[in-house]
Amino acid sequence: MALRNQVEQHIEVHKYSFLAVWGTVFLALLLQASLPVYFPRASLLELPLLMTLYFGLSRRNPSSGLLLGMTVGLLQDAVSRIPIGLYGIAKTLMGFGASSIGARLDVEHPFARALLTFAFFHAHQIVFAFTRRLLLQESEVFFSTDLLTGSLLNAAFAVLLFPLLDKLRK
Amino acid sequence: MLYVVSTKHRSLALLGITLLVQVLLLAVQIRRSEDGRGDVRLIRVWAVAAVSPFQRAGAWAVDNVSGAWDSYIGLQNTHQKNQQLQAENAQLKLRNQELESRAAEGMRLAALLQFQSGHSETQMVAARVIGAGAVGGANRIIYINRGEAHGLRRNLPVITPDGVVGKTLEVFADTAQVLLLSDKESGVGALFADSRTQGVARGQGEPWLLLDYVINGEQVLPGQRIVTSGQDRIFPKDLPVGEVLDTAPGAPFQKIRVRPAARLDRLEEVLVLLSNKEFTPIAAAGKEPAPPAQ
Repeated sequence: MALRNQVEQHIEVHKYSFLAVWGTVFLALLLQASLPVYFPRASLLELPLLMTLYFGLSRRNPSSGLLLGMTVGLLQDAVSRIPIGLYGIAKTLMGFGASSIGARLDVEHPFARALLTFAFFHAHQIVFAFTRRLLLQESEVFFSTDLLTGSLLNAAFAVLLFPLLDKLRK
Repeated sequence: MLYVVSTKHRSLALLGITLLVQVLLLAVQIRRSEDGRGDVRLIRVWAVAAVSPFQRAGAWAVDNVSGAWDSYIGLQNTHQKNQQLQAENAQLKLRNQELESRAAEGMRLAALLQFQSGHSETQMVAARVIGAGAVGGANRIIYINRGEAHGLRRNLPVITPDGVVGKTLEVFADTAQVLLLSDKESGVGALFADSRTQGVARGQGEPWLLLDYVINGEQVLPGQRIVTSGQDRIFPKDLPVGEVLDTAPGAPFQKIRVRPAARLDRLEEVLVLLSNKEFTPIAAAGKEPAPPAQ
C-alpha cells in the first residue's frame, strides 16, 4: 500500500481551464455531428469518447471524469436520434474508468494512450450494446470488423490528438 | 489513507447515482408493448414490478390474518349469532306464511267481490266462516259472522263463486248457522245441466252427495254437471251443485254420486243470497268443479 501511494504521488495531475475543457468538448460534438455529412467514413471516429478519455486520463479524478463523461454522453444523445441516456451511461463508465486508470498509471506515452483508447472504444461499445439490448430490446452487435476498424482508427487518431490537447494544460 | 478511501467511495457513490439517474431517464423515455396491451413506459413496468410483490405480500398477509380472524377468533359469537339468525328465520317464516295467507285471502275476496258485482241484481251478503260444528259427524254445519242484523233469516241459500254451499239454519243477531250440502239432512233440488233430468241432491255425511230420483234407464256419465233446479224454493235455478263421480243401478233409482262444486272442506268466505230470485248461472262454462272433500 505504501508503494502504491508512493507511485500515485509521482503521477502528475493536470489541470485545464473551464473554457478549454468545454470548448473542446463542444467542438468534438459539433464535428461528430457534422463530419459524417461530408465524409461518411468519419462516422468511425468517436470524438466525444476521445475527449472523455483524454480528460479522464489527464485530470485523474474519477468524480470529475464520470461527470464529464455523463455530460458528453447526454449531449451526444441529445443530438442523436436515440433515447437520452444510452451514450450517457456508456461514457459515464468510460470517464470513470479512464480517470481511475489515469490516477494509477502514467498514460503519457503514445503507445499507452493508443492501447487504452483501443480498449476503451470496445468497452464503450459493449456497454452501449448491452444497455440497448437490455432496455430497448434491440439487437446491437458487441463486436464487428467495422468496430475493429473504428477502434484502430480512434486509437491512431488519439495518438495524434492527445498531444495537441496537452497544449491546453495550465 | 482515510482521504483516499473516502474519495474512492464518494466516486463510486456518485457513479452509482449518475448511472441510476440515467437508467431512470431512459426508462421514462422507452415504451414497451406489454402483451399487446399497448405501449407502456418502461419505468411504469419497473415500478409495477417493484411494487406488486409487496402488494401481493400485503394482500396475502391481510387475507390470512382476516381469514384466521374469521375462522377462529371471530367464531366466538357464532353460536349466539346462529341462534339469533334461527330465531329471525323462524319469525320470517311465520311472517311469510302470514303474507301468503293474506294473499290467498285477498284472492278469494277478490273472487267474491267480482261475483257479487257481476250479479248486482241479486241482494247478497258476504260472510266469513268463523267456526265449524260436528265436522266428521253426521251434522255438517258452519258458523258465519253475519246474522239478523245483516238481513239474514232461516233457509237462505249460501254459496261461493264455485257453487252451492248450503243454507242458513239458525240465525242469531250477528252470527248464523249454515247447514252444509253434505249434511245428512241437507238436500237441494237438482237437474243435469245438459239433459235437464231432475232429481234431488242429498247429503250423506260424506264428502260426496247422492243424486236421488233418477230412473235406471236414464243415461248418466261421470263428469256431467249438476245444477240447482229451483224446485225447492230455496236455491235459485242453475247454481252449480257438482258433477257426477260415478253411477250404479239401484232399486228403484240409480245411485249417482256427485262431487260438490263448492269446496265444502275449505270454506273461509261465503255469500248469503237474501232472496232466491233467479240470476245468471254462477259457473262459467267449462269451470272445473272442486275435487272431492277429504
